[in-house]
Order: sequence, then C-alpha cells, then structure tokens
Amino acid sequence: MKFAGKWLRQYLDTDADTATLARALTALGLEIEGVHDSAAALGAFRVARVLSAARHPQADKLQVLSVDAGGDAPLQVVCGAPNAREGLIGVLGLPGAVVPANGMTLGKSAIRGVESHGMLCSARELGLGEAHDGIIELPADAPVGTSYADYLGADPVFDVAITPNRADCMGVYGIARDLAAAGLGTLRPLKAAPVAGTFACPVEIRTDDPAGCPAFYGRVIRGVRNGPSPAWLADALISAGQRPISALVDATNYVMLGYGRPAHAYDLARLTGAVVARKARAGECVRALNGRDYTLDPTMTVIADDAGVHDIAGIMGGDHSGCSDATTDVLLEVAYFDPDTIARTGTALGLTSDARARFERGVDPGFLGSGLDILTALILALCGGEASEVVRAGTPPLAQRLVAYDPALAARLGGIAVPQDEQRRILTALGFGVSGEGLWRVAVPGWRPDIAGPPDLVEEVIRVHGLDRVPSTPLPRAAGVARPTATAAQVLERRLRRAAAARGHHEAVTWSFLPQAAADHFADPDHAPWALANPISEDLKVMRPSLLPGLLLAARRNRDRGAAGLRLFEIGRRYLRGENGASAEAPSLALVLAGERAARDWASGKARAFDAFDAKAEALALLGEAGAPVDSLLVMGEAGAQFHPGQSATLRLGPKTVLARFGMLHPVTLRAFDLDGPVAAVELFLDRLPVRKGSGAFARPAYAPPALQAVTRDFAFVVALDRAAGDVVRAVRGADKANIVAVRVFDDFRGAGIPAGHRSLALEVTLQPQGSSYDEAALKAIADRIIAAAAKVGASLRG
Amino acid sequence: MEQLDQTLAAIAAATTPDAIESLRVAALGKQGWVSALLKTLGAMSADERLVAGPRIHAAREAVSAALAARKASLEAAALDARLAAERVDLTLPAAPPLRGSIHPVSQVQDELVEIFADLGFAVATGPEIEDDWHNFTALNMPETHPARAMHDTFYFPDRDKAGRSMLLRTHTSPVQIRTMLAQGAPLRIIAPGRVYRSDSDATHTPMFHQIEGLVIDRAIHLGHLKWTLETFLKAFFERDDVVLRLRPSYFPFTEPSVEVDVGYSLIAGKRVVGGDGDAPGGGWMEVLGAGIINRAVIAAGGLDPDEWQGFAFGTGVDRLAMLKYAMDDLRAFFDGDVRWLDHYGFAALDVPTLSGGVGVRA
Repeated sequence: MKFAGKWLRQYLDTDADTATLARALTALGLEIEGVHDSAAALGAFRVARVLSAARHPQADKLQVLSVDAGGDAPLQVVCGAPNAREGLIGVLGLPGAVVPANGMTLGKSAIRGVESHGMLCSARELGLGEAHDGIIELPADAPVGTSYADYLGADPVFDVAITPNRADCMGVYGIARDLAAAGLGTLRPLKAAPVAGTFACPVEIRTDDPAGCPAFYGRVIRGVRNGPSPAWLADALISAGQRPISALVDATNYVMLGYGRPAHAYDLARLTGAVVARKARAGECVRALNGRDYTLDPTMTVIADDAGVHDIAGIMGGDHSGCSDATTDVLLEVAYFDPDTIARTGTALGLTSDARARFERGVDPGFLGSGLDILTALILALCGGEASEVVRAGTPPLAQRLVAYDPALAARLGGIAVPQDEQRRILTALGFGVSGEGLWRVAVPGWRPDIAGPPDLVEEVIRVHGLDRVPSTPLPRAAGVARPTATAAQVLERRLRRAAAARGHHEAVTWSFLPQAAADHFADPDHAPWALANPISEDLKVMRPSLLPGLLLAARRNRDRGAAGLRLFEIGRRYLRGENGASAEAPSLALVLAGERAARDWASGKARAFDAFDAKAEALALLGEAGAPVDSLLVMGEAGAQFHPGQSATLRLGPKTVLARFGMLHPVTLRAFDLDGPVAAVELFLDRLPVRKGSGAFARPAYAPPALQAVTRDFAFVVALDRAAGDVVRAVRGADKANIVAVRVFDDFRGAGIPAGHRSLALEVTLQPQGSSYDEAALKAIADRIIAAAAKVGASLRG
Repeated sequence: MEQLDQTLAAIAAATTPDAIESLRVAALGKQGWVSALLKTLGAMSADERLVAGPRIHAAREAVSAALAARKASLEAAALDARLAAERVDLTLPAAPPLRGSIHPVSQVQDELVEIFADLGFAVATGPEIEDDWHNFTALNMPETHPARAMHDTFYFPDRDKAGRSMLLRTHTSPVQIRTMLAQGAPLRIIAPGRVYRSDSDATHTPMFHQIEGLVIDRAIHLGHLKWTLETFLKAFFERDDVVLRLRPSYFPFTEPSVEVDVGYSLIAGKRVVGGDGDAPGGGWMEVLGAGIINRAVIAAGGLDPDEWQGFAFGTGVDRLAMLKYAMDDLRAFFDGDVRWLDHYGFAALDVPTLSGGVGVRA
C-alpha cells in the first residue's frame, strides 16, 4: 500500500514528521517498506534572488552573482548559466546540499580564483526533469529564503506492507486511525454527507445470489463529463502507484485507496435491462478490463444485465461497460461480496486485483451507504451531473460482533500489565465499543473482520501500547545441568556425518527433487516416486527415491569444473510411498567416489581410480560407526540394476535385511548421468539398522585379556573360482569356535600350479589358547577340523 | 710390557670387527699372551706375586677396555655410514591428508540444537511430504485463507486415504501439530528441517531449511518469547550486544504475532549482527516470525486452549548460516560444489559445544 503524506494528513491531524510517522507505522505492525521522500532530497535547496550579476574577471562564460537566500548577508555565487541575471529568482544549493542528479555534495569553492558559496541549479540537477539549458526560473512572487521543498510542496510517499488480516488498512483512512490510536495525532471524522437523489434510479438493481453478494447498493449519475482528473487526484493516485485513467475511474480508485472501499462505475449506455448480482452460468465468458477473456463457472458471482456479464464480482469489471470519455451517464456499484467466494473465484481464474485483495480480506459491511455517498459527492464535484436515488438491494451482514474480554488477559498472554484505562483508551481509539466492568463486552467495528476473540484484542492493546515495552521474561528452567535431548536417530545421524567427514568426504545438501529420468533410474519399479503437480522446473520435479542420483548430478557438475577426485556424501531422506497414501521418508546416507582416489605420486606411481573395495571399506566403516554388527554381516548380491553386476554387493543383516549396497556403478547409469570413468558408490539404509541393544548403562564389561598369547597358523586352499572367499572364511571360522578367534585372507593366487578355473586362497588363522598352551596334538586336531570344514565348501588344502 | 703397548696400538688401528676379535684372542684368549702371564702368577712367591699381580691384571683391564672402546667406535661409525646411506629427501611431498567437511546447514543446525538443548528444548521431526490438513487447516488456514495463496505451495496430484491433498510442507509448523497430538503438553521442542516454496532467485530457493520452536505450558507469554529469542540469538552469534526489534505482524497460527528484526551494522560492506539497528550506519534485518500460539492451533493439536498456552517461532537455518558466516549466495548451498564445500564447510571435529563455544571462528 503506497500513499502520499498529504493524503494521510487529510485524515490525520498531526504534527509528527515523516520519520516519526514511519517509525510509528512499523511499530504498529504496518511495516514501512520504504519512504520515498523527495522533500528530504530538496530540503537543503533554497528559493533565492539574484541581486546583482557581474562578469567573472578570469572567464568570459562565468558570472559572479550576489544572491539573497534569506540569510543575513548576500552570498557570492559563481555561475555559468546563460540565463543568470539580476532579478532572477532561482534555486540555490547551499554548501552541504547533495545534488540529487549526481550525488555530489556541494561545498564552498573557488572557481577561477573567485569564491563561490553555493550553486544555482537546473531542473535536471534536481531530478525534476530534463531541462538543463539554464538554471530554474521561479515566478516573481516565490518567497525568497524558504526551502525549495516547501515551495514545491514535495511530499513523502509511504510504502507500507499490509498483513493479510488488516483489511481496514488497505485504505489510508484505516492507517490514519491506527496512527491516531498510537498517539500520533487526531483522526478527522469521516466526511460522508448523504447526497439526496433528485430522481428515481432508472435501472433495476437486484441480487439473485444473496450468498455471494448479500448486498448491492447502486445509483445512477446522469449528465457527467468524463475526462482527465485534476492534478490533486492524479497526483494522489500516482503516489499510490496507480495510473490515472479518467475522472470517473479515478474517483472509484480514490475511494478504494482512501477508504478501503472498492466500487465500480458502469457506462449506463452499455447496459441493457436490470443489473443483477447472480451466479455465473457454466461456460459464460467475459472480457475483463485487463483485456483478457475469462470463462466462468457457477461457483462464481457476477454482475450481469440482460445481455451478459459485466463484472467478475468484486474482482474486475468488464471491458464492455467500462467508462470512457464518451460516458455521460454512469451506474455506480457499491456491494458486499462474500470473502470466500471472492478468494475461490480469484484463485480459480488466476486473477488478482486491488478490489479482490480487499473483498477477500473482508470490507466493512457497514460502509456501503457512506462509501456510495463519498463516491457520489466526488463524482459530482469532478464531473458534474445529477444523482438518482439510491437503490439498496439485499442486506450486508451487519450483525454486531461482541467479544467477552478480561483485561487481565493482556498480561497473561502479552506478558505486560497494561493499565485498564489505557486498554480502554486504545480499544476505543481503534473503534471498538467497550462496556462493562470486570469482564468487558467489546463491540467489534465492522472494518475489523479479523477480530475473532480475546487474544486478538490483546494483540491490539499490545501493539498500540508498544511491543518494545514487553519485558523479557526468562523461561522457567529445570534444576541442574541441561539434560540430553537428542533422540537415538539424531545421535546416529550426527555421528555418521562427522565420521564420514573425518574419513575425507565432503557433505553435500542436494535438492529433494530430481528430473524425472534421474529419479526413474533409481526408483523401485513397483512404486512410482512422488512427482509434483506444479514443479518450478522439469529439473526439480520428482522426489528422490535415493540420494545417489542427486550426488551423481553434483558429481557431473564438479567434473565439469575440473575436479579430479571426488568424495561427496549426503545424509537425508529418500521419499517412498507409505501407508494410507502418506509418504514414508527414510533416513539414508549416500556416498559417491568418482575419479582419482589418489593422484599420481612420486612414491606410488600412477594415479589410482576408486574401486569397489574402496566402496566396501567406506560402507563397513560407516556401518561400524552406526553400531551395526559389521563382523556378522552377509556380503550378498543384488545391489540393483544401477550397479556393475560383477562389482557390487549388498551388506545384509540376515538374508533379508539389506543395510547397505555398494560397488561400482553400471556403465548404463554412468551414461545416464553423463559421467565417464568408473564411479564407486555406497548407500546406507539407516532406517533398517538394528536397534542397539544394551542396558543403557555406562559401565563396560570387565577387562579380561587372555592369559596366554594367541598363535597364528597359515593355510592355503585351492577352490573353484565361483566359490566366494567369504564362504571359505566363514567355514573355517566355524570349524572350532572355542579356539579360532580370527581368520584373514592374505593371498588370492591364480596361475602356475593351480588348476584352471581355480585359485589358491591363503588364510591366516588366529588361535587363542584358553586354559593351557597348545601342544602339537592339539594344533593338529584344530588343523584337521579346519581342513574338514573347508572341504565342505569345496576347498582342498593346497599340496 | 712391550706387548701391551703393541696390543693397544694394534687395537687402535683395527678397522673391522674380525681384526678386533683376533686381537682379543691373541691377548685374552686361552693361548693369549695375557692369559699366559696370568698363568705365571701361580708359580711366583708371595712377594713376587704382590708386585707382578697388579701389573698383569692392569694389563688385562687395559686390553679389555681398549677392545670395548674400539668396538663401540667401529659400530658407531658403521651406524653412521648406514644412516647416511638411508637419507631421504624430506622436501618431497607426503601423502596429502584427506580433508572432508560438514555442510554449513548441518553445522548450524547442530549449533542451534546445542543452544536449545541448554534451554530444555528437545528435537522433533515430521514428514516433508505433508497433507494439507497438517500444513494449513490445523494451523488455522482454511482453504480460502489469503495466507494459503502466499505460501507458493508445491502440490502432488495425490490424495491420502482421508482425501487430503498431499503437498510439500511450506514450513516446519506442521511438526507443532504432530508433536502436540503425539506428546500432549507441556512441550518444549525445536523442529529443524527442509521446507519448500515455489520461489527462486538469489535469496530464495525452492527448497530451504527452517527451524521451528514451540513451548506449551500453562503460563507462557510474549515476555518469555522475547527472552527466549534474545537468549538464543545472543548465544548463536556469541555477542552480548544483540538487539532485537519486535514488530506486530500476522500469522494465522499465532495471536498476537510478531516479526523479529535484529540490529546490524555494516562493516566492510557486510552485515554484522550486533548493536542497535537505529544507530548511525546500522539497520534492522528480519530474522524470525513468532507469536503466541493461536487457540485454534492448540485445539487442533488436541489440547484445551483454556488450560494450555504458549509460543512458537520459526526462522531460516540457511539465512542464519549466511548471516553468521558471511555467505552471500543461497543457491550455492545446494550445488554440491566441492570448492565451495571446502571453503565454507566445517571440519569433522568442529563439534559445537557450550564449553568450547558453539560457533567456529574463521
């Protein structure tokens, strides 16, 4: 909402200056977004008379002037303007003034050896136009010595953000009322004298849609002369950011902006028969004043005559019956429209307007008659003519709303005990009716549809009294040191995040939404991912079913910027389908390892790319940090079609629960994401981690190192290539659980001496003696058990 | 004792362990001349032995000591020679450290959680794909409410089983409703997380992070809200001169509602939080929306608004991060550019603590 200070002062009798008013508006909740104060820019410029002019001794084109700027003594000014002469009244910038056009600060200076105490300005220099062929010349009666801003009547324009609850402040009068309540002056009473009609309204006016349009007041003014508005009206509208159109249209806009009361003027000559508020018919069309055509439906209220629709009620008038310079008779409409209907219609049509903004917030249902009076008087003054009697179709919803209010609530909710007298004063000044003692009966004025209950009144009292006066009050604090608050899931996430960063990975935060193709590539084929109906772009459309595609897109961007090796991870949600149509959002960690694991190096030689074992190492390390039983996880297949079928695996807790997948990505995936070179990836499904067991106590089990030293024995087994090393290790571990504490593969050899299709796996087995040291017989027995167990998985001891 | 002098000279000249060993055998071995002299002692008279004994023993000691000294010196020389051969050029580069990073959003969320834990706030979460009842209706925004349109909501074509439209939550406030319904009152929670609005420019991205705060008890009022926000912002910026300006505002879910500005001053063209925004060179910057929870919202949360009241606030995590750590482009937050992450990210060990200070100084 924008308006000039002059407009405000028409309603508010105040001595307050612009800055004070601006501060007060913000403090009231009418946030100032800007004050455009052309007066402030010109305040340091004075109306001044040239007393004498003489040739500059050193320069032909310069004159030395003696100028009266209202001070005690004339000032010497050097001037190069061709029109500078004795007797001229111009505009003088004094030292310290900032020239609006170029931001230069004027100072005392010497020009070609002659001191100059100011500058006579051109219109262009003052930002007042393009004229620059000479200095400004003012009429002979211009008062020498006054500020040029005052002489011009320059007026600050306030730009105020109106919150959606304050329909009343979508008119300057409502803003003046708030300022008056805050002690910034006195609100002038409304000037809305009834204008008697001199003839019966020649048009039938009805509302056939009492729900959408409960009341429709109207009258005709005949014999008007339409044309451009006078300067005061045009200036007022321009200050409000509106383009003056014609006196009739401008008058309706003036009433809307001044009083928050939208109105419409129809060219009577363009109407046929009765003018009726009714529901639109399915498929009915109207061309609105913005030149666009709208197709309506029966939920929408319109104003129509026998010929068709002339107005999308409360939102925008029709092009056909709009006023023009040829208009001589007008029908004025001042109506009350149901806010919900307006909001729904506006949303359905995608049409916003100043009228809609007011009607959907709720205009004052008690202001129809006065609004029409003000509009009538204004049109008669601007355009002449003769007004008919007023037709009042329907009844606006005028029921008095009462709130039972306990003034102690101000302290209970607001935290500040505002004295009852002050509360009463504030509410009364805002237009509320206050009666009763103890529990007050507060009558809500019609222009405050937002006031529904006692907390709303507390807000009124506190905001006018001053939010800055509410004392800070410490929250009650539980005794002792603050307790831990994080849930197990939060602790896990933090731990993993820092563990991953400590392992050298960079945490990214990528979009939750993906291009369709990227999401589809990682989606479960049985469950379509969530896709937005109104995405901001096709690239941000489908909710990610995995964190990997987002990281792969980031990997590509990084590669395009020349990153050689990339370790990027993210912890966040993947979005799945849940029960009953809700979402299931599962916590995940994904890691992408792309490009070089290590750069070429004097010690290690060529650059090394990431491989599947790098991914495995990260998967196991992070699962370990997450508390998963890493030693007992199964390494199984089926990592998914996105992965290299021979270089990927899942880590499972039991055969069904997949905790993680890892490995090299499939070349098809790389191609889909426009990546080259091998890329390794890890995805942890944090929602599937087992709940940590344990008593929750801090005490750890007692430290009991074995009394005897462990011994190691090496075994080499020949196994078929399709037998997983993990099977052999598991078989050997299980051969003698009392003695075998660890089994580690330290060699995987294929070639000379090993049958084709086979390999030799060398295992280091750690044995922990319990009661007594091993003798040869005991070691032999264990070895036999190991060899027997290995044989069961097809591994034979290498000869 | 000419032999002794000769032996000592030979030892001093020996250059190998073998030479030393043969000298030892020649002197101290079974057939060695010192051993031979020792054997002569048995045949001597007591008086002769008194004279010759110490001399022979002294010779033996001298030879032993010379042998040990020469051996040690030869070993030291050998070690020196080996070490000289093992010399490496340590100006060559070592393996570079692996330096990962924590994203600023995560870091600042951790900071906020740490501060609010001290004030007794637990962390609550809720779904990002929400239904319109939790995101709007329960928060006192019926279907035609003008504020709904202002939220620039992303919708899904889907409805849940109850027929509610599914959407991306436009704020973290639905967590208020879910937590009230699940936990009842009293409550003290914060709810950080992703939120979505259909908006995109240098300061707005369609996805960003909010943190919601909620306190419900029997006698919580605006004064407590003011104190909480002051206390939190002072702790977050680690400055005692943080000045807040509360402005009346409007949110459907609070009544009264306030917007909170924080005073800043311009230092080298950047906004630095602290001081009175009305001071010369200063200004105010909006950082929070807040208010006393609307009775309708308390009721939608399944609580009796005559018994329970409280406050709620919401603020942008990304904006707080930008303000504190002087980052200026929100879009870069979600790009995954490792150069940016390396520059603005935090070390794994930068864990915010109250004792160490929650923030990380540059």
